[in-house]
Amino acid sequence: MKYNDVILQTVTKFISFLIFLFAIYIFFNGHQEPGGGFIGGLMTSAALVLLLLAFDMETVRRAMPIDYKTMIAIGLVFGVGTGVGSFFFSTPFLSQTFGYFHFPVLGELELTTTLAFDLGVYLTVVGATMTIIQTIGEDK
Amino acid sequence: MFTILHLAIIAPFLAAVLVPLLYKFIPRIHTGWFVLIVPIVLFSYFLTYLPDVSGTGSVIKTFEWIPSLGINYVAYVDGLGLLFALLITGIGALVVLYSIYYLNKHKEQLNNFYTYLMLFMGAMLGLTLSDNLIVLYTFWEITSISSFLLISYWYTKEKSRYGALKSLLITFIGGFALLVGFVLIASVTGTYSIRGILDASDQLAASPLFLPAMLLILLGAFTKSAQFPFHIWLPDAMEAPTPVSAYLHSATMVKAGIYLVARLTPLFAVSAYWFWLVTGFGLLTLIWGSLSAIRQTDLKGILAYSTVSQLGMILSMLGAGAAALHYDSVDNNAYTVAVAAAIFHLINHATYKGSLFMMAGIIDHETGTRDIRRLGGLMTLMPISFTIAVIGSFSMAGLPPFNGFLSKEMFFMSMVEITHFSQYGMGSIGLLLPIVAWTASIFTFVYCMILVFRTFTGKLQEEKLPAKPHEAPFGMLLAPLILVALVVVFGFFPNTLVPAIIEPAMASIMPELAQTGSFGVDIYFWHRFSTELFMTIGVVLLGTIIFLVLQKWSSIYAVFPDNRLFNQTYNRFLEGIERTSYTVISWHMTGLVRDYFIYIFSFTVVLLLFSLFGTGAFAIDTANMVPVTPYEAVLSLVLVGSSLILMFTRSRLKAVISLGVLGYTVALFFVLFRAPDLALTQLTIETVSVTLFLLCFYHFPQIFDALKETKFHAANLVISVAVGLTVTLIGLSASGTRLFPAISDYFLENSYKEAGGNNVVNVILVDFRGFDTLLEILVLGIASLGVYSLIKLRLAGGENK
Repeated sequence: MKYNDVILQTVTKFISFLIFLFAIYIFFNGHQEPGGGFIGGLMTSAALVLLLLAFDMETVRRAMPIDYKTMIAIGLVFGVGTGVGSFFFSTPFLSQTFGYFHFPVLGELELTTTLAFDLGVYLTVVGATMTIIQTIGEDK
Repeated sequence: MFTILHLAIIAPFLAAVLVPLLYKFIPRIHTGWFVLIVPIVLFSYFLTYLPDVSGTGSVIKTFEWIPSLGINYVAYVDGLGLLFALLITGIGALVVLYSIYYLNKHKEQLNNFYTYLMLFMGAMLGLTLSDNLIVLYTFWEITSISSFLLISYWYTKEKSRYGALKSLLITFIGGFALLVGFVLIASVTGTYSIRGILDASDQLAASPLFLPAMLLILLGAFTKSAQFPFHIWLPDAMEAPTPVSAYLHSATMVKAGIYLVARLTPLFAVSAYWFWLVTGFGLLTLIWGSLSAIRQTDLKGILAYSTVSQLGMILSMLGAGAAALHYDSVDNNAYTVAVAAAIFHLINHATYKGSLFMMAGIIDHETGTRDIRRLGGLMTLMPISFTIAVIGSFSMAGLPPFNGFLSKEMFFMSMVEITHFSQYGMGSIGLLLPIVAWTASIFTFVYCMILVFRTFTGKLQEEKLPAKPHEAPFGMLLAPLILVALVVVFGFFPNTLVPAIIEPAMASIMPELAQTGSFGVDIYFWHRFSTELFMTIGVVLLGTIIFLVLQKWSSIYAVFPDNRLFNQTYNRFLEGIERTSYTVISWHMTGLVRDYFIYIFSFTVVLLLFSLFGTGAFAIDTANMVPVTPYEAVLSLVLVGSSLILMFTRSRLKAVISLGVLGYTVALFFVLFRAPDLALTQLTIETVSVTLFLLCFYHFPQIFDALKETKFHAANLVISVAVGLTVTLIGLSASGTRLFPAISDYFLENSYKEAGGNNVVNVILVDFRGFDTLLEILVLGIASLGVYSLIKLRLAGGENK
């Protein structure tokens, strides 16, 4: 039997884009509304998994040549880095702070150091889940 | 403050980091030339401390490492520490110089060698210049590890690995005993500072822990310094490259035990046990080592047992020196000479034994063998090596005019003197001490003669030598020549060492006596016709006779037990441990996940139920419970239904789907209980993990067919019901018990105020409990890398042998 996944592939192209956007939205908005690095990361992974299911490993890899193992490392560097950064201000490890800044187009925004930490969480979660799924999926 | 002294101690560690880079990027130049700079600079630097420690002086530099915990790195330079620092850096420099010619830069892994060597040098400096027992212990273990790495430097050889492991196991057993001993001392005196402990020595002497602490520390020192019967690791350690043998296993590392004994002498000298143990084991090792050395045929084997024997001799002198501490003043105190002799001999041993090891390395290098049965007649071919061997061996044998004669005389003097000592239950048994010392010295004389004459005189057997013998290059001879020059210089001018090094070191060993005046050490050749001189003459006469008739009486060795006895004990011990642990582990580690689940769940249930009811924490409070709504009732039913399907289905796909239903239902519960963050997380996790399950199941064998025949296990049912019950009971108790106000109020109140976030869950994750999250993502990363390496890097079939 020959499978025909035209519908799945067409929908996926559109849907996965939306999921990515929503994941990014949820990541940035995490400090005030439900969301954050962990959920954002998982949602991004879900979108990637959807792509993997609709197309195949090789296609997705060519479209997005990302080494997820490196992504874990970068994520952890962000995590540890924000912690170590506290030392330069003579505060204990992983002290976080925040402030309000005015931006030209966006208006006044709150910026937090936790965002950098959360980015570390985001990258590690995406990296870890995708490393596992890719490795097991590729194994024959 | 972080001073140059601290920097000097850690400098070798920094060098160890640089060595691999130098080796990689500047391969044209032998890495040893760069490394050589480190010990030379350090040696010169430590020389500048000589004026500071003269008399009873000392230098203390404190670096506050973690001030909030009161953890400081205290570098403490006194006479004893400086003596060792000079020995470590001085001999270190010569050994590095020698190794440049000994190790071929094209064939050898120089990066490994010099990294380990620098690691060792730094650890040894840290060990001898530390005021803190825990720091000392840490460096002590690093020396064991670097010794292990250096012995197994030629790790493709079976014997190297065996020797390395043996030395590591024996010294680690001692190291562990040492740690326990240190902890015992600190528990009595309340401090880990060596100076503080020595000040509180009366307190320790009155404590019942005095004897256990002393025995444990002596076990550590004896294993490290290769004392009988732990000496068996040292001969096997000779598989290391010769520069390593000369450095670690003769001049420095094996003297760490001696350092410790010397350092703690003021603490333990009051005890007769200390005297008898240190002196007794020292003398026993001295005679056993010298007897064993005679029957060796390998040059390095002779030197190894001779090192064992000489270490015993130094220890016995330190033990005898303990008697000096029973007097209040240095006046009329004849026993201080033993301590002076110990220190002097320590220096002498480093000079002549270092040169002899290097000589053995040269012979090995130039003739291809170290077997004295194949060597002989090398005198005319290798005249400089012969000179080195003669001076080194004659000094070791205790012949004038070399430094070994002086310290040997002082050794006899102190052994004779100690028989007059009235304490320690000396009595007539004390007479044994000089007799054993004297007998052992005869055998020492014999193996020294074997070393020289079997190698260099007699008939040249060129057909038995793998290489055509010739003199070594000058660079290789330079280091041993410097050492034998010192042998002669220290022989003729021993008193230059006295005020600079020996007396300050004595002051460290006998701090209270040093306050009462100068030790007045005066070392000279002519002792008039004293007992010591007659003993030496006797040694030479009897030794010569024994050496000449050696062939005739060597058969009596077969009668006596030898080192094979101890080696067999060690081997059997290892085998026994391996067999036992294999039996124990294969009994419970079956390799089946369901067995492991049984262990985990049974323990969880037992522990949790025990503490729940044992502490009376079980309580159900219905006051705060809300009525069950229809939605929740329906969802609960779905939950139970899907888990039942999961358990009883025979189809894998059904199992995955029901697991998904289970997870999504839980997510719906979160929605009902207004936890959007949790609901979102649960939903995405469920999605991703269902995909994962599908991927995994693709690889699984058709185990469901096999499950049809699986028998019903009552035990498994009991365990699973118990787990369910436990979790339910704990859940009920948790909501029924409110011992503290919930921390959630704090989070709700401060989330916006302190962290500028309205989403409390996220603020907890990234800010309030940020450390937890950091470690969680670390675990996540490690887990995924684990999966990756398990799958990607697994060995192809048959390769995992």
